[in-house]
Amino acid sequence: MEPSRRKALQAAAAFGAVLAAGLLKPMAALAAAWNKEAFDSKKVDDALKSLGAVGAEASSEILIEAPQIAENGAVVPIEVNSNIRGTTSIAVLVDNNPFPLAAKFDFMAGALPFVRVNVKMGQTANVRVVATADGKHFTASKEIKVTIGGCGG
Amino acid sequence: MAAGPMKMRARLGPDYTDVRVLMSHPMETGQRKGSDGKLVPRHFIQNVTVKVNGAPVIEGQVSQAVSRNPVFSFRLKGGTKGDKIEVSWVDNAGESNKTEAVIA
Repeated sequence: MEPSRRKALQAAAAFGAVLAAGLLKPMAALAAAWNKEAFDSKKVDDALKSLGAVGAEASSEILIEAPQIAENGAVVPIEVNSNIRGTTSIAVLVDNNPFPLAAKFDFMAGALPFVRVNVKMGQTANVRVVATADGKHFTASKEIKVTIGGCGG
Repeated sequence: MAAGPMKMRARLGPDYTDVRVLMSHPMETGQRKGSDGKLVPRHFIQNVTVKVNGAPVIEGQVSQAVSRNPVFSFRLKGGTKGDKIEVSWVDNAGESNKTEAVIA
């Protein structure tokens, strides 16, 4: 190999390493920030498994505020408040939706474990909430009857 | 569809700061048929971040099951009038948007 070519190759390799270290990292971090496996799960159990929340304990300390009957499944307001000390995350799942996991929120210092979000519901279903506190999982659910589904068209 | 405007309000209450934010986004599920009879591709917000004075306090991951033009409410511990709240989102097409408000 000619020295100049070797030099160029070395430079290219070094540049590649810099790219890999500097640019790919934030992309990887971004990808990891959306739990594809959990969101793509078609069954509640699979979604819970992907969230690492199998065997969550039922808790009355998770308050779910939502209508009993939702006339329009396209916009169903769900309000979740966790009174469990040290709650760091809240996940919202709609049992009968094509992909049950609707949202997951991680709370850091400075935020209260509360969220209000509008979700789509294809049909009458249990809305299930999983709260995580100190590595333990707790769950609560509420049935919402849907008059007109909001998933297809 | 390009990202539309966002609206946000952050109000200091006795126990917490109430943050309400509205995002303009179609939140396509990938299951709806367009006027041409073809499925409209899935297009939805995936990540939502809430920051207070530059520090993240809530990281949200959402799916296409969140309603069109999403509205979120969050509660922040304490807070002081004038604190800067920033909410940003990124969707599955790599589009993003953010908005800022000060606690009133």
